[in-house]
Amino acid sequence: MSSAVVSTSAALGRPFVFDDETVPEVSSSVSPHCGGQAEAQESPIARVLQSAISNQKSKIPPARVTPASQLDIRPAPEMVSCGIPALDALTGGLPRGCLTEICGPASSGRTTVLLAALAAATRRGEFCAVVDASDALDPRSAAAVGVELSRLLWVRCGEDPPKPPTRQKGCPISRASFTGKAGAREACPEIAERVGVFSQAAFDFERTRLKKNELLENGLKENSARQSEHRLEQVLRATDLLLESGGFGLIALDLSDLPLQAARRIPLATWFRFRRAVEPTPTILLAIEPHPIAGSCSSLLLQLALPNSQGETMMLDHPEPSRVAAAWESPARQCRVGMEKKAESRRDGAATDDFTHPTHAQLLTGLNITAELIRSRLDRKPARSIAFVTKTAWAG
Amino acid sequence: MPFASIYVPNFPVAAALRAEPELQGRALAILEGKPPLEQIIAVNEKARHMGIAPGMTKAQAELCAELALRPRSALRESAAHAALLDCAQSFSPCVEDAACDTALLDLAGLESLFGSLPEISRALHNRTATLGLTANVAVASNPDAAMLAARGFPGITVISPGKEAEQLAPLPTEVLFVTGLAEDRLQEDENKSTARLLETLDRWGIRNLRGLAALPEVSLSERLGQEGLRLQQLARGAASRTLVPVEAPPIFEEAVELEHPIVLLEPLAFLLNRLLEQICARLDSRTLATQELRLTLDLENFSSRNQQSAINHQQFVRTLRLPLPMLDAKVFLKLLQLDLNAHPPGAPIVKIHLAAEPARPRSAQGGLFRPPSPEPEKLELTLARIAGMVGENKVGALELLDTHHPEGFRMQRFVAEAPRNNEREKAPTPTEEKSAVTALRRFRPPLRAHVTLENGQPTHLFCRNNIQGGVLWKAGPWRFSGDWWEHEAWSRDEWDIALRNIALQNNALRNGDALSFHRLVHDLLSGGWFVEGTYD
Repeated sequence: MSSAVVSTSAALGRPFVFDDETVPEVSSSVSPHCGGQAEAQESPIARVLQSAISNQKSKIPPARVTPASQLDIRPAPEMVSCGIPALDALTGGLPRGCLTEICGPASSGRTTVLLAALAAATRRGEFCAVVDASDALDPRSAAAVGVELSRLLWVRCGEDPPKPPTRQKGCPISRASFTGKAGAREACPEIAERVGVFSQAAFDFERTRLKKNELLENGLKENSARQSEHRLEQVLRATDLLLESGGFGLIALDLSDLPLQAARRIPLATWFRFRRAVEPTPTILLAIEPHPIAGSCSSLLLQLALPNSQGETMMLDHPEPSRVAAAWESPARQCRVGMEKKAESRRDGAATDDFTHPTHAQLLTGLNITAELIRSRLDRKPARSIAFVTKTAWAG
Repeated sequence: MPFASIYVPNFPVAAALRAEPELQGRALAILEGKPPLEQIIAVNEKARHMGIAPGMTKAQAELCAELALRPRSALRESAAHAALLDCAQSFSPCVEDAACDTALLDLAGLESLFGSLPEISRALHNRTATLGLTANVAVASNPDAAMLAARGFPGITVISPGKEAEQLAPLPTEVLFVTGLAEDRLQEDENKSTARLLETLDRWGIRNLRGLAALPEVSLSERLGQEGLRLQQLARGAASRTLVPVEAPPIFEEAVELEHPIVLLEPLAFLLNRLLEQICARLDSRTLATQELRLTLDLENFSSRNQQSAINHQQFVRTLRLPLPMLDAKVFLKLLQLDLNAHPPGAPIVKIHLAAEPARPRSAQGGLFRPPSPEPEKLELTLARIAGMVGENKVGALELLDTHHPEGFRMQRFVAEAPRNNEREKAPTPTEEKSAVTALRRFRPPLRAHVTLENGQPTHLFCRNNIQGGVLWKAGPWRFSGDWWEHEAWSRDEWDIALRNIALQNNALRNGDALSFHRLVHDLLSGGWFVEGTYD
């Protein structure tokens, strides 16, 4: 045995040994199946081929495999703050030169974490880029978080949207539309009386009517699938270009609203390429998505969610007012999902029923988010979770 | 006080070679005149060896198949002349525009900057070569001697002070006269008098400057007057005068007129590359950069061929504005290519004109502890490529407008400029990092929703994109309105709702959650309900 290539398989846990001397034996074992004439005809060609192969082999230097003991120790990446102290305490921050995945369902705080990271990066004087697959970034939210907008490059992927259905232009404006102060956010309880009352039956009718248009929607779905693919292609190409350009402190891929099927079509090789491209740079590559899709290419994987409220979720298929109130009371206390009663009731400390309050007397003040560390290159046993609170811009 | 002269021999040919360097090894003749009476006015050395001479008609010249014929172009020559002046100005601020092919410059005090006089001469020669011109350079103690030496001796000539007469002596008497091309009557008369004078000197047996310098002054004055004495002073290298400095206007333009129209972008890029390299070399010689490139393409007029497909506009203009001054021909070419790919001219191109607006080169002081920022050139290319992919108005930085409109922002150019003050780089205060701010994800355009109301309040929501279900909790309505003085007035009621999402319920059972928070909008003008975004 002159030389051997040894590889280990993590799945089977045993080494495989490939001996190059065994190859001719295999071929000779196959040859009896062929006719003797064919063997006689092929023999000169085989000889020529063998000599050519041996010549080539002599030219190629023997492959050297660096033993694991001699491999350089990869230095730990620099960790920087993501802008949320609780998350920093959990993860140690966001690693530079690495891919970080933040995933979770809708309303789980992914965008909040993204904007906090962008704000922290721009505060450090870095330039950031957001590749927005669904053109969903809200500039007001970004400004409220503290993102320095002049340092943020926003790439809005997707087709040019059709014009939103609005009223006809040039329509005379009635003064009744402007009872409130222009641009001011204020409670208008009187509007509730003016709006008509629909019944549950009307809602069911609406649902059945829309179900009848399923065929029509199938066409729309195909169209949206094509759009998703197009957007995904734009996202990947834009990310490639930005990584190639260099100089950004943080590049974020916002894939939150992409359908899972489309997001999973991103080949693992693409994520690997991104990882390799970002590795020698101080750039943080951040991917926001509903489910983890980058596999082992991500150095940090963070799962966000609203606090668990399964019981109430299952209970409220057809809620009655009293049950809604009861159901809502529970997550409100258990999860602090951002509902805040009026200041007076809070001062009193009375557990008044929210449902009895007029809607304009309530305010969405924030969300209570749980974050779970699924994977971290720096941590061998990363499974830990924390909870943190976000507050809305108008919560004060 | 030393002076230098840069002279471009055979200027029309040199200008043509500068515009088309691939003609360098070929026989070339320049034509002038209205067809079919075109005549050859200048030829290069190879063409002369082939028997082509100025004065021949185009028909005669066309008998020689290997000869390249090019029409004389005023644009080309003015660009070459501007390049010559740029070259001179890059060395000395005191430059005289002696002729279209000659520039004179004062070298006083330049030794400390550029070295000795031979070194300056070599540098001048090399600089003209980089600008695409082959020039003779001569240095002498007076401008006229330098000019005569540049016209008479090829390459680099340095005349030591006091040896002007000796060194100029072998030059033919023709170098004393500037024989311009007969463009008008005055020039024609001047050419005639020059020819008469040369004939007279020839009849006297004087064919070089040595003979002219040796003539007795009084006798020469009696026969040729003051003009004769002036010529003798020139021949002796003893004429003395001050330079008439000119300030070359900061116009950086290059143009190419095409014999055959271009219909593809690839050959156009080839020509643009050449023009850009020339402009960048000129800008570089003046230590300038550019922040705006203006490309004007003259398009072929279809109206002459086919009245049906007449094109209203003859010119196609594209302006490339850069956020920072740059000087990189490759970057400019890529940017122009991307721009032309996005906005193709639409008709064959017959003339290309490129102009650069000069600007001071940017200066930046890097900091060891300053965070890295994208390189402006690379960033511009990246942005142009991304803009070609997603659309021009869909990439850039954000700018909030002074309005309460929910989409009150506009996209502006993203510029990666280094921070000017250090206040922005300060570490975040603990209060800034204290709590995260709930963000909104917008749907663009907003999703139309079917809403069931009870007592005027939304209780059920049905919408595409898997947003449907019962409203668990709501806050509102919050009324917004604005722009009522415009046609684009808006007025709406906003609701913040918590939704028990039916569409996600199956997933929720697995994931443990189906709650989502949305912003629901009732457009008071159209009466429609829309889901504007998700709190995330």
